Amino acid sequence: MDTREKDIENLKDYKYGFTTDIENIKAPKGLNENVIKFISNIKKEPKWMLDFRLKAFERFKLLKEPDWQKPKYPKIDYQDLYYYSAPKSMKDKPKSLDELDPKLLETYNKLGIPLQEQARLNGIAVDAVFDSVSVATTFKGELTKHGIIFCSMSEAIQKHPDLVKKYLGTVIPTTDHFFATLNSAVFTDGSFVYIPEGVKCPMELSTYFRINASETGQFERTLIIADKGSYVSYLEGCTAPMRDENQLHAANVELIALDDAEIKYSTVQNWYPGDENGKGGIYNFVTKRGLCKGKNSKISWTQVETGSAITWKYPSCILKGDNSIGEFYSIAITNNHQKADTGTKMIHLGKNTKSKIISKGISAGFSDMTYRGLVDINSKAKNSSNYTQCDSLLMGNKCGAHTVPYIKNKNFDSNVAHEATTSKISEEQLHYCQQRGLNPEEAVGLIVNGFCKEVLQQLPMEFAVEAQKLVGISLEGSVG
Amino acid sequence: MKEQLKIDFNKIQEVSNFSNRDIEIKKSYLNKFIENGFPNRKQENWKFLDINQIISNNISDLSFYNDYSIENKIDPSIFIDDLEHNKIIFINGRVEKIDFSYEDKKQIEIIEDSYTTDKSENNNSLIDLNFALSNKHFKILIKKDYSLKKPLIIYHLSNEKMKSKNINLRLDFELEQNSSLKLIDFFSDDSEKNFMNIFYNFNLDKDAILKNYKIDKSLNKNLKYSFNNIDQKQNSISETFVFSAGSDYFKNEINCSLKGEYSSAFINGIFSLDDNKQHEIRTTINHLVENTKSYQLIKSVLGKNTKSAYQGRIYVDSKAQKTDGYQLSKAILLDETSEFNAKPELEIYADDVKCSHGSASGSLDDNSIFYLMSRGLNYKQAKGLLINGFLLDVIEKITDAEIKDLLKKMIGLKK
Repeated sequence: MDTREKDIENLKDYKYGFTTDIENIKAPKGLNENVIKFISNIKKEPKWMLDFRLKAFERFKLLKEPDWQKPKYPKIDYQDLYYYSAPKSMKDKPKSLDELDPKLLETYNKLGIPLQEQARLNGIAVDAVFDSVSVATTFKGELTKHGIIFCSMSEAIQKHPDLVKKYLGTVIPTTDHFFATLNSAVFTDGSFVYIPEGVKCPMELSTYFRINASETGQFERTLIIADKGSYVSYLEGCTAPMRDENQLHAANVELIALDDAEIKYSTVQNWYPGDENGKGGIYNFVTKRGLCKGKNSKISWTQVETGSAITWKYPSCILKGDNSIGEFYSIAITNNHQKADTGTKMIHLGKNTKSKIISKGISAGFSDMTYRGLVDINSKAKNSSNYTQCDSLLMGNKCGAHTVPYIKNKNFDSNVAHEATTSKISEEQLHYCQQRGLNPEEAVGLIVNGFCKEVLQQLPMEFAVEAQKLVGISLEGSVG
Repeated sequence: MKEQLKIDFNKIQEVSNFSNRDIEIKKSYLNKFIENGFPNRKQENWKFLDINQIISNNISDLSFYNDYSIENKIDPSIFIDDLEHNKIIFINGRVEKIDFSYEDKKQIEIIEDSYTTDKSENNNSLIDLNFALSNKHFKILIKKDYSLKKPLIIYHLSNEKMKSKNINLRLDFELEQNSSLKLIDFFSDDSEKNFMNIFYNFNLDKDAILKNYKIDKSLNKNLKYSFNNIDQKQNSISETFVFSAGSDYFKNEINCSLKGEYSSAFINGIFSLDDNKQHEIRTTINHLVENTKSYQLIKSVLGKNTKSAYQGRIYVDSKAQKTDGYQLSKAILLDETSEFNAKPELEIYADDVKCSHGSASGSLDDNSIFYLMSRGLNYKQAKGLLINGFLLDVIEKITDAEIKDLLKKMIGLKK
C-alpha cells in the first residue's frame, strides 16, 4: 500500500477518531453560577478572576444566540452540557512529564505529538490541551532563558496575574457577542504567551487541542502579548474523537501587538467533521481577534480549515496603531455535509494601515461554504489600503459557494480593492494533467494545491507539509 | 404613526371608488405594513442606509393621505424636447395622461388592473405600503412582435400639495413574445420633503427586450424608493440604467429572475452625489436555468457629506449551469466626509459557472491630475475631465444611441 492509499484508508476512519479511556472529573451538568464557581474554585483562581467570569455570565443571560449565519444548526441546549472536564490525574498538577498519566502521553503520541523531551529535536514548544485543561508544556527551560512566558492560562492566572489582568478581555470584552461572552464566563484553559520587549522568539510555539470526553463543550482561551519590537510565530492544531453527537467548541483567542511587534498565528483545524451522512462532528464557533495596538505592529492570521461539522469564525484585526499591518490567509475546505461560514474583519483605525486578505474556499459533496468579510476604513485612517481576493472552487452541483464581503470606505485618502471569482476546475487543466499520466484524483490534487499555494506558503514549514496532505485527503472521493 | 395611517387610509377609500374586494386586499397589506413598520438597519437589506431614520430626520411628520380624485394641471415646459416620445404623466401619484400617439393603438393595450398580487414574495414592508395606498393602477401590454417606435417617458411629478407626504404608485408591464419597449423614468419635483414609493412589475416573454432608464437628475429635497421586479423568459433581454443624483435619498431595488434559457440582464448605474445625499442601489439577479447571463457595473462619485451603497447579489441555482455573472463597483471619494459602502454577494449552488465580482474605491489619482495639469489644464478642469471619463464608461454601456446622446447631454458630457 503506498502512502497515498494509506492516507485514504486513514480518512475513511478519520485518523484521530479514537477516544482515550481516562477517568475524568467533571463539573455538574448545566450552566449556572455554581458551575462557574466550581470551575473557578477547582482552578484555585483569585477573586478578580471569578468576578470577571460572573460579570460575563450576568451579561450572557441578556444575550440572544445569533442566527444570521448561513449554516443553520439544531438548537443547542446549554443546560445539557458539561462545562468542565479534566483527566483525574491532573487534579494535582504533575510537576514533570514523567508524572503524567501514561494514557495521556500515549494519546498525544498517537496524534503524532510526542510530549517527551525527545520532542526537543522537533524544535517546537508544545502546549497540549486535553478537554478542558492544559496537560503539558514542553521546552519551558529554553524559553525562560529569553524571558518568554509560555504556559497554560490557569498557570498564568496564578503566576502572572498582573499581565493577565492587564490584557485579558481588552480585545474581546466580556460584553462581546453570545459565544465570546459564554467563553468569558466558563473558559477552562488555553495558552498564554508573553514575549518581552525586543525578543524574537527562537522557536515556533504550538498548542494542540484535543476534545476527548463526550457531552463536553470545550471553551479555551488563548492570550498572546507581543511587547515592543518582539516577534512570535504561534501554531494551533485541533482534533477530536468520532462521536454521533455534535460537540461545541467555543474558544476565544486574543492577540495584542505593541509597537513594532509582530504576531503570526497559524491554525490547522481538523476537528472531527462528522460522517459522510453529516452525523456528529464539532461545532467550531470561535472568536479570534487581534489588536495592532502599537505603531508599526503586524498581525497575520493563517488558517487551514478542513474539519468540523460547522465552522463559524472570523479571525479579525483591529489596526489601531499607525502604520500597522493586518493579514489574513485562509484555505477552507468542506466536503460531505460540512458547512463553513468564515472570513475576516479588518478594521482600520490608524493612519497608513494596510491589510491584505487572501481566501480560498473549496467545496465538494453536499457541503456549503461562505466567505464573509468586513473591510471598514474609518474616517481617521488616512492613507490606508486594503486588498481582498477571495476565490471559490466548486466540485459537483450539490454543494454551494458563497461570497459576502462588506466594504465600508469612509476615508477619501484610502484605497480598497476587492476581487472574487467562483469557478470549477477547468476540463482543459484536468485533461492536460491526465495526458501526462496523472490519474484524475492526482490531477485534482495537483490543481487544488496550486489553487491554495498562496496561502500554504504562509504556513511554517512543518505545518505546510501536513496541511498540503490534509488538503488532498479532505477532497478524496469528491472527484468523478 | 399607526393611528394617522389608519385615518389616512380610510380617507383615501372614501374619495376613491375601489370595489369591496379591493378594499379588503388593501386592508390586509395595510395591516402587514403596520405590523412591520418602515424597514430599519436591523434588516440586512437596510444595513447601510436606514430609511426609518432618514424619514424621521428629513420628514418629521409624514402623512399618507392623497386625494386621487383631484385633477392636476400639466405643465408642458418640463417635457423633454430633444426626443420624440410617448408619455405617461404621474402627478402626485395620480395618472394624468397616457399618450401613445406615436404607436399603433392596436398593438398596445392599457388595462385598468386594480389588483395583482405581489409575486416577488419579497418581505418588503415598503411594497406592502405601496399596495395598500396606491391608486388604481394600469397594466401596459405590448402585443406579440411589436416594437415601440419611440421610447416611452414616464414623468414623475409632484407639486406643492405633496409636502411631507407619502406618494405611492405602481405600474405593470407585460411584454409579449418578441416585443420591445424602451422606457425612461424622469423625475421632477416642485414640492419638498415627500417620500415617493414606486413599484414596477415587468413580465418579459420569449425574445422580448426591455430597456429601462431611470433619471433622477434635478436637485430636490425628497426621498424616493423604487422597486423593479423583472421576470424573464427564454432569450429575453433586460437592460436597466440608473442615474442617481438629484434626490436627498434614493434607493433603487432591482429584482431580476432569469427563468428562461439564454436570457440576460444588464444593470448599469451611476451615483453622482453632493451635499448630504444618500443613495443606494440593491440588485438581486436570480439565475434559475442554464445558460443565462448577467452583467452589472456601478460607479460612484461622492462629494461632501454623501454616502452611497451598492448591494449586489447574484444567486445561481443548482440547475443553472453555464451561468455567466459579473459585478463591478467602483467609487471615487472626493471629500473627507464621503462614504462608500458595498456588499457584492455571490450565492452559488452550481459548479460549471463563471462568476466574479470586483470592487474598488479610493480618491482621484494624483499622477493623472499632475499629467493633465502639466498639459495646461487647471486643477478644476483636470478633476472634471477625470470624473467625466470615469462616468462615461457606464454611459457607453447604454445600447440605445438616441438615449445615450440624451443622457450625455443631460449630464453635461456632451454639448
